[in-house]
Amino acid sequence: MSDAALNPPAAQLRSKSTGRSKQKLLRLLLNIIVIAFLLGWLVPIVALFLSSVRPQADTATSGWWMAILRPDLSLANYGLALDQLRIAGSLGTSLAIAIPTTVLTVILSVIGAYALVRMKFAGRTALSLLLVALLVTPPQITLVPLLKLYNMVGLSGSIPGIWLYQVGFTLPFGVFLLRGFIASIPVELYESANLDGASELKTFTAIVLPLARPIMASLGIMAFLWSWNDLLIPLLFMGGSAMAAPITVNLAGLVAQTTQGQGPLMAATFLSVLIPLFLIISMQRYFVRGILGGAVKG
Amino acid sequence: MTDTLAFVPVLIAIGAIGIPVLTYVGLGLGEGILSLLPQGLSGSLRPWVWLSLPILLVLLILIYPIIVTLFTSLRDARGEGFVGGSNYLWAFSGTMMSILKNNIIWLIGFPAVTLVLSLATAVLFDKVKYEPVAMTVVILPTAISFTAGSVIWTQMYSFQPQGMTQIGTLNAIRSLFGLAPVPWLIAPVVNTLSLIFIAVWLQLGIATLILSSAIKNIGSEMLEAARLDGAGEWRIFRSMVLPNIVPSVMVVLTTMIIASLKVFDIVYVMTNGNFGTNVIANRLYYELFSANNLGHASAIAVILLVCALPVALINIFHFRAENKA
Repeated sequence: MSDAALNPPAAQLRSKSTGRSKQKLLRLLLNIIVIAFLLGWLVPIVALFLSSVRPQADTATSGWWMAILRPDLSLANYGLALDQLRIAGSLGTSLAIAIPTTVLTVILSVIGAYALVRMKFAGRTALSLLLVALLVTPPQITLVPLLKLYNMVGLSGSIPGIWLYQVGFTLPFGVFLLRGFIASIPVELYESANLDGASELKTFTAIVLPLARPIMASLGIMAFLWSWNDLLIPLLFMGGSAMAAPITVNLAGLVAQTTQGQGPLMAATFLSVLIPLFLIISMQRYFVRGILGGAVKG
Repeated sequence: MTDTLAFVPVLIAIGAIGIPVLTYVGLGLGEGILSLLPQGLSGSLRPWVWLSLPILLVLLILIYPIIVTLFTSLRDARGEGFVGGSNYLWAFSGTMMSILKNNIIWLIGFPAVTLVLSLATAVLFDKVKYEPVAMTVVILPTAISFTAGSVIWTQMYSFQPQGMTQIGTLNAIRSLFGLAPVPWLIAPVVNTLSLIFIAVWLQLGIATLILSSAIKNIGSEMLEAARLDGAGEWRIFRSMVLPNIVPSVMVVLTTMIIASLKVFDIVYVMTNGNFGTNVIANRLYYELFSANNLGHASAIAVILLVCALPVALINIFHFRAENKA
């Protein structure tokens, strides 16, 4: 009897300890799944890097993982990519497109967002709604008329033509992203500036620009990535240019012709992702903010 | 050409310094003129001085081309004679049907796979100590262009006939288990799904970020209380987490739907639309450049726009509700 009286707590204790070991097992399983997933997710990038440093003969006959099992590494592919595939020129052209596009997108977006939030005028709501609607416009709808227009005014094949397109196309997003932030600046700040007799331009440069710096960085990194990674627009509008083709256009062309082999192509591809990868790692905080702020919330 | 590199600094200086300075000077000039006008007039003109450049650009790059394309879609190959709806009839017949079928696979497959995977990553990452590292890993591919991503995945999908050494990652793994190699980019439907997975790899980070932030907004006290009451993790996910993140799930779905409408780069680089993988954005490129049929190209573009329209309307609806609240 006394045994029976003692039993229930003991049973409880046992079930608790089996529950704990079950929990431990679940934790282990969770960690295995997550780590396996992360390693798997990194495989393509690792494969790219390893293939870029393997001799051409190896790449053609065995998989990239043989570089780990039987290391025989060389930088010859990078030499070939820079010498024969015009990769340095392509990276230069891409920079000449992406940097001005980024700066101009950020500047015009902050000017537009400021006016849209701070100034009252007829049609303000309509304009905001139009911007929201334009957020999802597929670029394809603009191509036929703009190609004609660009050819007519001599903008095709020119880098400023690409700035114009990419800035115009990204502006609705930029204004939308900055709008929310600028609306959250306390009205008192503007009022005190007004009392001090600051002009509109002074208020803008002394109050809005410094406060909006982080969100402008968010827009900046996104605008840069979009511009740098864009294929369609430079493919269509850069034809006939004397400059080296932008990096995406160059890569896409190289895939089609296999004369150079996989090695130099992989080296060129690795070079093309270095700047974006560096940016996203060093500015991850701003990127995350841009993604979360740019999503139209339900 | 070697002179490219000489032009680069000049172009960057013009675009990233020159034009911004001019814009600022222009704003200053505009404000100067406004200050000469009577108060009421300057107040009502000011917004248009500030908005002039952004509005001009949006008009030129988005509004004007949309309107012209709508009209061109009713015209012939050269964009001249009026042909009524025949371009649209063409767009829904013959070879276009298989292309539209691929787009539907993209439209369903890409958002669905991304959503399921990102729900899993967002929930599981939330439970591990190294979450920031895990986040960084899934975000990394989002920095890579679709073009480079496609080149990268040629190494995953590479196919050699059975009996030869497989140098593609996936087929090498299959041969380890004694399975026959799969021609990932050639076998019908499998190839479109393989292309979709490249897009998933590239974009999963965005979906994970959105869902993860939504999950973190659910009060942890509520979840802890449920756990103490003995609710299982799956039950907690289904009846507490999921209902609370529906708006964010919608954001992920609409973002991915729009992305799958626009998909061009992956198909262009990987198969150029061969082996039955073509999608309408690539057919548009072909109509524009090889067939020189402006009417067909415009009709395809309008179809894309119409598909995006419901998402635009949903966004407008949410935007209005949010700004009234």
